[in-house]
Amino acid sequence: MWCWKPGAEMELTQLSLYDQAVLLFAAAILFTSFIMLAQARIVPMIHTFAWQGALLAATTALVAYVTEHPHLYISAVMTFLLKALLIPWMLHRLAVRLKIHREMEKLSYPSMTLLAGAALVVFSYYVALPIIHLSALVTRNTIAISIAVVLLGMLLMIVRNKAISQVIGFMSIENGLFYSAVVSTYGMPMVVELGIAFDVLVAAILFGVFFFQMRDSIDSLDVDRLNRLKEADDSSLRAPEKLP
Amino acid sequence: MTALWLMLLIPLTGVVLLAFIGHHRHAGWVNIILSSLSLASSLWLAVHVLANGPYLSPSRMMYIDAFNVYLVTLTALVGLTTAIFSRPYMQHEVEARKIGKRRMRLYHSMYQGFMFAMQAALTTNNVGILWVAMEGATLTTVLLVSLYRTPEAVEAAWKYFILCGVGIAQALFGTVLLYFAAARVIPSPDDALLWNVLYGAATQLDPTVLTLAFVFLLVGYGTKVGLVPLHNWLPDAHSEGPTPMSAILSGLLLNVALYALVRVKMLVDGSLHSNLAGHLMMGFGLLSFMVAGFFLHRQRDIKRMFSYSSIEHMGLMTFAFGIGGPLATFGALLHMTVHSLTKSAIFVTVGHAAQIAGTQSIEKIRGLIRTQPTVGWGLLIGTVAIAGFPPFGVFTSEFLVLTATMKSWPWLTVPLLVGLGVAFAGLFRHLHPMVYGEAPEGQVRVSANMIPVMVQLAFVLWLGIAIPEFLSKWFEQATVLISGSSPL
Amino acid sequence: MNTVALEFNLDWLMALIQTLLFVAMAPLLLGWIKRVKCHMQNRAAPPVLQPYRDLIKLFRKQTVIADRASWIFRSTPYIVFGTTVLSAAIVPLVAVDLPTAAIADVIVLVGFFALARFFTALAGMDIGTAFGGMGSSREMMIGALAEPVMLMAVFTLAMSASTTNLSEAVTYTLKSGLVLRSSFIFAALGLMMVAVAEAGRVPVDNPSTHLELTMIHEAMILEYSGRHLALIEWAGFLKLMIYMVLISNIFFPWGIATELTAEALAIGVVAITAKLALLGVVLVIWETVMAKMRLFRVPQFLGFAFLLSLLGMLTHVVLETGG
Repeated sequence: MWCWKPGAEMELTQLSLYDQAVLLFAAAILFTSFIMLAQARIVPMIHTFAWQGALLAATTALVAYVTEHPHLYISAVMTFLLKALLIPWMLHRLAVRLKIHREMEKLSYPSMTLLAGAALVVFSYYVALPIIHLSALVTRNTIAISIAVVLLGMLLMIVRNKAISQVIGFMSIENGLFYSAVVSTYGMPMVVELGIAFDVLVAAILFGVFFFQMRDSIDSLDVDRLNRLKEADDSSLRAPEKLP
Repeated sequence: MTALWLMLLIPLTGVVLLAFIGHHRHAGWVNIILSSLSLASSLWLAVHVLANGPYLSPSRMMYIDAFNVYLVTLTALVGLTTAIFSRPYMQHEVEARKIGKRRMRLYHSMYQGFMFAMQAALTTNNVGILWVAMEGATLTTVLLVSLYRTPEAVEAAWKYFILCGVGIAQALFGTVLLYFAAARVIPSPDDALLWNVLYGAATQLDPTVLTLAFVFLLVGYGTKVGLVPLHNWLPDAHSEGPTPMSAILSGLLLNVALYALVRVKMLVDGSLHSNLAGHLMMGFGLLSFMVAGFFLHRQRDIKRMFSYSSIEHMGLMTFAFGIGGPLATFGALLHMTVHSLTKSAIFVTVGHAAQIAGTQSIEKIRGLIRTQPTVGWGLLIGTVAIAGFPPFGVFTSEFLVLTATMKSWPWLTVPLLVGLGVAFAGLFRHLHPMVYGEAPEGQVRVSANMIPVMVQLAFVLWLGIAIPEFLSKWFEQATVLISGSSPL
Repeated sequence: MNTVALEFNLDWLMALIQTLLFVAMAPLLLGWIKRVKCHMQNRAAPPVLQPYRDLIKLFRKQTVIADRASWIFRSTPYIVFGTTVLSAAIVPLVAVDLPTAAIADVIVLVGFFALARFFTALAGMDIGTAFGGMGSSREMMIGALAEPVMLMAVFTLAMSASTTNLSEAVTYTLKSGLVLRSSFIFAALGLMMVAVAEAGRVPVDNPSTHLELTMIHEAMILEYSGRHLALIEWAGFLKLMIYMVLISNIFFPWGIATELTAEALAIGVVAITAKLALLGVVLVIWETVMAKMRLFRVPQFLGFAFLLSLLGMLTHVVLETGG
């Protein structure tokens, strides 16, 4: 059983190759989050997201092997099918059908965004420290990375104004949450994980339906154009809502 | 137990059934029948629990105790009354806005889907499944908010989806942290998410992790409750969707989200020895209460105005649950019930008012009492009730909360009273011309069944004057469960 | 007593030989890179020893100096060459634990490079031509962006090895065996990008261009001729070789000699030759695939390099230190 007492010094060179691989994959997952932040084109962003899902599945399988929790293999396969294959395929198909797959998004302040991302990583580490100190799991250092992936997904949603980028950010948040479940608790009970996977799948389908509705009603997928509803309702800006 | 399974299976069959026949002329009747069956099984369940005490299902996936049993019945009741309202209302809307068959199928099917998600969230013992059901509730209603396909509706639905989705993701992280803390003390990993097991082991859970978990859960479920500053989706979603949606979103979803929050707070209170969770809830609750009260004044759309009223009342309830003493908890539980009943009744009436006037804009709705007295009176009485006038139930619950505040946080009663006054002024300032103003030419009556509204308002009145014994017993049991001591 | 003195002298002799080897092999490396590049682009390649011939030609030529040139202009080639040779002296090429290893501090290395850059920039502005000034300002901009990246990348290494001494860091990496360090991978990538920027390779600067609008390094040394130009060019070759040696020996130190026996040294020479040849091929592939960037996109390029180095440091702190 690869457990370490909480508080014991975990020297990287003393870990087995598999444990080191888990940490390496964690760094790669973080890297994909940053790439998504810097990526302006939609199809490469979808591919990066698919890579993130694949890395996630690989990490889950590796953790399953190292810690002898066979139910994680099922989780790994499910994650791979859903997050590395199905959802990227759906997004790609959606982008092609909406004819946005060749668009380039104008990034506002890309360098500032990346620096903000780095700050978020530091913040996640700070937030995760009490948990890391308590955890006895071999993957405990990666808890900070999982929080960082969630926060970077949120940053992606905030700085982008194309709907599809925001959806990828949302899915990336779900990736980070799944990752946090795997590395902090070796996975939640299967029934809960199935429920969560189902929710994510339905959400992806609904987003697809949504994009068509958005395009039909405001003729673009630029979220900035969704600005008719305001906090203090100024009805002079709205079209009169008359029923025939 | 059969009542429990029936209560979950009926909406589920409804989803499938109505997906096929939802466009039919009589689909509304099918919806009503399903809802009445749900109500019947929930009453049966309630009677059972009243007689035999809390019930834990054999698989331990579901748990009914004093806290959620009356919420289950309330959900079924409001579901039924709204279904009754929805039938003629949606028929009118289909003709007026030319909603196609596919959308009607979607509407009816997702109506029952939403009911299923609500009941699942209320009855489950598994904190993870609670999350899944809450997210499911968002997913079922997203497409309904954009049902009318106007740019405003699509925008409202997008905001709803994204903001609630991201918020709920925070709650998932909180759940993971909770599981993390639980897995360290509870030997069997599959048990570590079961609420009754967690409640028993609450003192052993690590306080730091639980504080962190609570913050995330508060942000997450708080988004669905509509706490400021996470409330931006609420006025849009409640005003742009069809009125039956507004009624059940305001009346039910907010309640269930608050229920989820309080369940978690019960765990956190057992672990922490300070009232940190309570203080956080008080802060957010008070903020929502004050901000919503002020924003009420600036609204020009009648449904948005009442949505802000919902935010205000949910803020008050969160505040009360945050104070945590028995008096405040009793008040909050009572307030959950009466607010749900009153707000759904108001939205039903508002729906009719909008149909009469042909618009939701406050400036253009006039003279309701002359055109259709039942609607006018309904709106007037409903607003009076929600503003907290005695002898309605809202007054009783607000009075209890104020008393509790005066006992433990005396200087906070000032902002509470100010907020109540501001909201009262806002509501009546807008209401008066709507009900009593000069009716424009050519305003005609619509076919409106106001009986469910009257029944709900009468019930609220009854609760204000004299709470029936079975209910007070339930509230007392729930209060003991949540706050640890009895108010009486 | 005699043997100690002999050993002591032997160590210093080895250090001297290593430096000479470094200086002598730098043009060969450039020749190799040029040859591989031409092969890749299906062109006829110049012989591998061509850079030596170019240097000899330049040394024989007369130096022409403008009237307005100050002592800075005259002394810069010597300063630049001198500091670069000093840097070469402290970077472990074939063996670690040489006497020069005592001052082989990473910060010292960065300092040397900065000194060279400073004087080159001054020399570019010294004559007063427009191109010189333009080249100097561009070079300083790139330097200002690249230096933090390089420092970050080597600090990541230093944090793992708990020392900024190059020799000790290499020894540490050798002793740890095969360890998958994500911080090293990120730092290596960042350092490679910095190497491209500092050595003036594509996509930051095209080493073979003389188009005025695209020159950076060339613009600064445009006024030099004869032996001055030879020294500066040689220093340029040396700088590229230093970066490549740094990358190969810090991150892939296997083969380097830890003791001064003939056998170990021979293995060391073979190892470093192989690594440099391979790295040269990698550089050529990179240069062929990438197009030269607009000057205003260079900050983005270096910003990405900074991100990589930063990630390296962050992953080190988050993932690799004990919890």
